[in-house]
Amino acid sequence: MENRKIKVIAALVENKPGVLHSVANMFRRRGFNIESITVGRIEQEELSRMTITVNGDEKTLEQVVKQLSKLIDVVKVSRLEPENIVTRELALIKVNIPDNKSRSDVINCVEVFRGRVVDVSPESLTMEITGTSDKIDAFLNLMRTYGIMELARTGLTALTRGVSSIRVDE
Amino acid sequence: MTRMSGAKALLKSLENQNVEVMFGILGGALLPIYDHFCNSKIRHILCRHEQGAAHAAEGYARVSGKAGVCMATSGPGATNLVTGIANAYMDSSPIIALTGQVPSSGTNTSYIIGRDAFQEADIIGITTPITKHNFQLHTAKEIPKIVKTAFHIATTGRPGPVVIDMPKNAQTEIADIDFSNGIQIRGYKPTSNPHPLQIRKAAELLAESEKPVILAGGGVITSNASAELLQVAELLLAPVATSFMGKGSIPEIHPLSLGSIGMHGNPVANKLLGEADVLLAVGTRFSDRATGKLDSFCKSSKKIHIDIDTAEIGKNIDVDIPIVADAQKALKELYERLVKLLKKKKSSTWAKHVKEAKKQLNPLSKTGSKDLKPKALLQELRRLLPKNAIVTTEVGQNQMWAALYFNALKPRTFISSGGLGTMGFGFPASIGAKVACPDRPVVDIAGDGSFRMTEQELATSVTEDIPVIVFVLNNSVLGMVAQWQRMFFKGRYSHVKLGKIPDFVKLADAYGAQGLRVESVSEFSKAVKKALKSDVTTVIDVPISLEENVAPMVPPGCGIDEQVGDY
Repeated sequence: MENRKIKVIAALVENKPGVLHSVANMFRRRGFNIESITVGRIEQEELSRMTITVNGDEKTLEQVVKQLSKLIDVVKVSRLEPENIVTRELALIKVNIPDNKSRSDVINCVEVFRGRVVDVSPESLTMEITGTSDKIDAFLNLMRTYGIMELARTGLTALTRGVSSIRVDE
Repeated sequence: MTRMSGAKALLKSLENQNVEVMFGILGGALLPIYDHFCNSKIRHILCRHEQGAAHAAEGYARVSGKAGVCMATSGPGATNLVTGIANAYMDSSPIIALTGQVPSSGTNTSYIIGRDAFQEADIIGITTPITKHNFQLHTAKEIPKIVKTAFHIATTGRPGPVVIDMPKNAQTEIADIDFSNGIQIRGYKPTSNPHPLQIRKAAELLAESEKPVILAGGGVITSNASAELLQVAELLLAPVATSFMGKGSIPEIHPLSLGSIGMHGNPVANKLLGEADVLLAVGTRFSDRATGKLDSFCKSSKKIHIDIDTAEIGKNIDVDIPIVADAQKALKELYERLVKLLKKKKSSTWAKHVKEAKKQLNPLSKTGSKDLKPKALLQELRRLLPKNAIVTTEVGQNQMWAALYFNALKPRTFISSGGLGTMGFGFPASIGAKVACPDRPVVDIAGDGSFRMTEQELATSVTEDIPVIVFVLNNSVLGMVAQWQRMFFKGRYSHVKLGKIPDFVKLADAYGAQGLRVESVSEFSKAVKKALKSDVTTVIDVPISLEENVAPMVPPGCGIDEQVGDY
């Protein structure tokens, strides 16, 4: 199962309309699966960075990288090796709170996971938690016993460790 | 800077790209542009269906090596181009498709993009998976730069279609237009020079090989590498098989030519590929119709794969030595390296074996009968046409018979819909080809089913004075499908019979073209000779039996060395 692990790709793309469509469309058309995709502007002018996680074997990943690179608006594509990156995901979780006991239990859990409470109502707590996807999964498992009312996950984003970086040379 | 409308700027930009001709149909969303054609140097050929315009542009492109341009109005005009764009994408042909679009801004807000205005279609969304790239204009100012960029993308690297969608407000807007802007595309830098180390490795492998075979694809034709291909082949005494798209990359009467491989490939090509110890594949993508069952494809050989598109390396076939480069450059460097490496001439044992196998297996070595059989007719057609004549084909049996029995003698003289398999491609493509080469005869090898799909372009060829020859192998069925129903569905014909309508002679007559019906090979010869002299398009209707099969054939799911059927 080792080679079916989630693979992470970073792509620097032109920050203009239609680029997300052409990337998503390429994945769909070629039968590749996107597990998650996050997109945001970067400090370099008119560029966005996409962090894409893909589920597939080595050969599939190679094709994904090549097909992505072929898109005109994709400027640079890099495979991120799991042992050489830091990854984070943010989740917002709203949990059902029937009584005060539950409330203090949930707050304890949040502290253990180094999350924060961001909104409180008489019957609910909303929390943010940041970390690796595994950590968020673990936290969500705990929260299920209370009842998750609403959940939003950003999907994974990642950077390489050390001084090496993925940039477009101007 | 010159002050002008976007419409005028578009035509001027096209002129700056040396566009001499374009194929199109106008409509509401293109009126500002068409208003300027009267003052333009560009010849506009009015087609009768947008699909025809796109195929004509592709025929023009593949014969001339330049980008072909087609244009259609917004909505249905643009969607009618889609088949032609997809065809160009699959066969890596450089075409520019210009589409009209409803305005992207303006005072009448119910008539702007995104409000489902009259004749609005999201052609950018629709064509994203079938174009190399697409653009939507927003202002008149950006037109020169976008046109330049579009031509650059369409014609360089692995060529392909590019769409420019032109909202009407950008056409009518008056602005100061600067034509001097250069282009910069930071995400597009196609590799063209081969890596020296890879060339060295490939040369060493080939120098030591005992049974080398070359597989030449459409990329050899695109990069004008036929001379270089022949040099390498002759130096190595290596036989050359082609993919269907590579047909014409080597003269098919050359002693080293094996013909094309694949489902309906030449038996000797299919067989010798399986015997090779080294396969040198150039500009080919190992499509399913070419390779047959992948596990048994060329399994005894080491493989060298030259292709300009990195994504083709390892996509269908694992290779030992990949070379990402322009075919011409790579073959040239490979040849130079091989000359240095080969101290003595290659042994002729393999060449002798090749010669023997060709004698035994080549379908052309046996003479055709005098009956109205496709083989006899196509061999006769070849005999009657000059070497530089261009043939296009439709899709189906006619196409496969042409692949088997019609020798292509020069690159860019055999134009067919390879990847998409578009019935109706051949006739409009022949019109485009004739426009590119008005002094050479152009023949569309057609079937009755395919010809019916774009036959309305007879009007285009007659009114625009573009005489071509349509040779209809008329079996009154969708022949290839009928063949599969005979072979794999116990002969149950389901909805393949087209009937003997229309009468193609009368149809030609109705369009002001010349229609001829022939009942024998000698009548066929006379008809072709008459057509070659004619200054109007000729349709030659040749009735053949509906039982006629294309043979031999590799049954689906089998290896290409498991061909069945006599030829």
